Amino acid sequence: MAKPIELEINGKRQAVHCDPETPLLTALRDELGLTGTKYGCGEGQCGACTILLSGAPRRSCQIPVSAAAAKPITTIEGLEKDGRLHPVQQAFLDSGAFQCAYCTSGMILSSVGLLRTNPHPTSAEIIQSLQGNICRCGTHPRIIDAVHQAAKSIEERGR
Amino acid sequence: MSGSSIKFQPEPERYEFTAAPMHRFELPRRDFFKFLGAGIAVFAVARDTLAAQETAPTQGFHQEELPKDITAWLHIGEDGNVTAFTGKVEIGQNIRTSLAQTVADELHLPFESVTMVTADTALTPFDFGTVGSRSMPTMSPQLRRAAAAARDLLVGAAAKEWNVAAEGLTTADGKVTDPATGRSLRYADLARGKTLAQNLPAEDPVTPPDQWTIAGKSIPKKDARAFVTGKHQYTPDLRRPGQLYGKVLRPPSFGATLTSYDAKAALAMSGVIVVRDGDFIGAAAGNERDASRALETIQTEWKEVSHTSSKELFSYLKKNATVKSDDRSRKTTGSVEDGFAAAAHRLDATYTVAFIAHAPLEPRAAVAEWSDGKLTVWTGSQRPFAVRDELASVFHVSESDVRVIVPDTGSAYGGKHTGDAALEAARLARAAGRPVQVVWTREEEFTWAYFRPAGVMEIKSGIAADGALTAWEFHNYNSGMSAIDTPYVVPNQHIQFHSTQCPLRSGSYRGLAATANFFARESHMDELAHAAQIDPLEFRLKNLSDSRLRAVFDAAAKSFGWSHKKTQEGQGFGIAGGLEKGGYVATCAEVSVDHTSGAVRVVRMTTAFECGAIVNPDGLRNQVIGANIQGLGGALFEFIEFENGRITNPRFSRYRVPRFRDVPEIEAVLLDRKDLPSAGAGETPIMAVAPAIGNAIFQATGTRLRGLPMVPNGLNTAQSGVPSTS
Repeated sequence: MAKPIELEINGKRQAVHCDPETPLLTALRDELGLTGTKYGCGEGQCGACTILLSGAPRRSCQIPVSAAAAKPITTIEGLEKDGRLHPVQQAFLDSGAFQCAYCTSGMILSSVGLLRTNPHPTSAEIIQSLQGNICRCGTHPRIIDAVHQAAKSIEERGR
Repeated sequence: MSGSSIKFQPEPERYEFTAAPMHRFELPRRDFFKFLGAGIAVFAVARDTLAAQETAPTQGFHQEELPKDITAWLHIGEDGNVTAFTGKVEIGQNIRTSLAQTVADELHLPFESVTMVTADTALTPFDFGTVGSRSMPTMSPQLRRAAAAARDLLVGAAAKEWNVAAEGLTTADGKVTDPATGRSLRYADLARGKTLAQNLPAEDPVTPPDQWTIAGKSIPKKDARAFVTGKHQYTPDLRRPGQLYGKVLRPPSFGATLTSYDAKAALAMSGVIVVRDGDFIGAAAGNERDASRALETIQTEWKEVSHTSSKELFSYLKKNATVKSDDRSRKTTGSVEDGFAAAAHRLDATYTVAFIAHAPLEPRAAVAEWSDGKLTVWTGSQRPFAVRDELASVFHVSESDVRVIVPDTGSAYGGKHTGDAALEAARLARAAGRPVQVVWTREEEFTWAYFRPAGVMEIKSGIAADGALTAWEFHNYNSGMSAIDTPYVVPNQHIQFHSTQCPLRSGSYRGLAATANFFARESHMDELAHAAQIDPLEFRLKNLSDSRLRAVFDAAAKSFGWSHKKTQEGQGFGIAGGLEKGGYVATCAEVSVDHTSGAVRVVRMTTAFECGAIVNPDGLRNQVIGANIQGLGGALFEFIEFENGRITNPRFSRYRVPRFRDVPEIEAVLLDRKDLPSAGAGETPIMAVAPAIGNAIFQATGTRLRGLPMVPNGLNTAQSGVPSTS
């Protein structure tokens, strides 16, 4: 049995018992049961596995679990607070910004990450920052709308 | 509308029709009520499903009747909630929502009171598969009729309760009301304590679309919250107690056979199950890494066979065409020779489409669990009953001992008709004596799934001096017969499909061969229009009598501003359209081509679509725009490269799919025909995208691209229809 590695996930400390080079994605899904983060390609090309590591969007399939130790990790399961959806989740819901929705967790985390550093992105900036996220169903225009809507509602909540 | 006869023209596909399951699910009524509790049930059970399903798998020009007896049933519980059962699968097309709307609409109760149980072979009626855009035209009327029958039962029960005639009673908002007295009874009250079941009457009048109240509205996706919170469990997210993770050792190339095998090291590993069964080699362990490591230690040798490569693809297809062809794959009207003789302009041209991959973001996956000789499998498949039968046959057990459940799936696009991952998981689980999950890697998905068939289309045509078509000869090699017919009026036609040996495993794909046939035909029509110096839209309308198709051409052109002339260098406009699977589509595209770099950018697209009465406008818009974006990939840059029996670009880093930056401004113009039955909408809106873009590129540059994908490396290096070198 490998030495436990302590992770800080969605504000909670949790130990995993896998090889240090195991991808963070595998540890989240198979060790901790956090299956909201999806496998899509294993080469950091599709964005389905996006999580926030120290607040920044990262591809969890490309991060060894050891490199994520002691840094705050946010997954899709950690966005909802007290039964209230995160504004980005709410905006995706309101815009119907999904079809099969397999890419949705990654899209939402990438968007949350974007809005943290750029609260009022232009469409071009949204496109730029979601370029690494694949939606095979072709819901892109609605996703862009949802990010704009989320930016607006974050601003309103902050007032 | 329920009485109208439904025509079904199936495709000559490879995986669709190999083994039509012919088993009818029978759930004893007693068990049904035991499972769901007391209440009122309506069964739309067909008596001759068996015979009908056997005759369905035919192909060709001579249209067959689709069996009208696809079954469904619904149950009204003692709490007044309604559960409707269908074998259809939710794969992102929003069928769970639109079918629930249909039931709520006909039963006169709130949308929220309806639950859909889908795609579980132990609970839902037999279904051929969620294929061919059939869910709306066939399943929706079935459920609507069942709902209408249920409403009659409720009214009857109320009439009996009040001792009045049923005729005067009304239903609304989950209640039966007697207008004479003002009293009412909730469905819940009427269902309480009953175990009342009825078979569906053959013909029961249903609500016409212009009186729909819940259908026809943009109701949000059912269970949408579970998808934005990550709570919905797709097949790869399931975790059964004691579950192991399985991996499969793949042969080095297609068709390779195992000649030597040594698994001593793997077998010595603790906690690892290794299975070799014929050429199948797999391992299961407590985590994926251990299973993979076990496979890495296995020494194998394989005998490989020779294969063609993507470079010779199109000449290979032509060379290996079946010489003999039967009546079902060709059709002649008039005499094309006469038509050519009468022509003022003649044009011969060849078009090609490459193999492409579905690349659903959720890869093929399954969880299998054996218990007392019975097998339960969860898997993302469009054909749960076919997968059940495949499992029963492979494992030599009875169909009744196999249960296949399909969780709402991370898309399919026609790519999930088979049960490959299910078989693998079940084989490993049987050896392990524990549940096993198999999730394909992206590379496996790109390699061992099947592809949209490549094809070669040859057209010879003639037009009179006024632009009227005089002759149309169309040959399709390999890609298939969907939309192979021309919708234009041509007195002399010869249309033929040629089957060939196919170098890669191929099968269904959103739109099937219609995308290839539309591309060839609509590109060719554009070439003819330019040859005749007639505006491409005017040329089409001149040769078109179908009013529904004319309507979508007009609608697309108007909204797009087709009459506008190009104002800048490198700008080009294109139009294309057609009909298929009961839907009518026309797409206009604007491109911008950078003459220096050769970069082609699609600036905007307008797609007009008409599929009869619209059930959910917002869901439909999502489908139409999604189809346009997906179509963009196959039009511009998607193609599978292969050599020596290996896929050489099996990764998203090597296989380009549309991303945010590729997406143009897209407008969907939806024509709602409440006077016509609803057709499916998942496929047809993809079909006119490629030719519209190709025609726009021609207008922008004078270069005619006759192969898909058109510009995988930009225009300057365009090998029209890569991977061909010809």
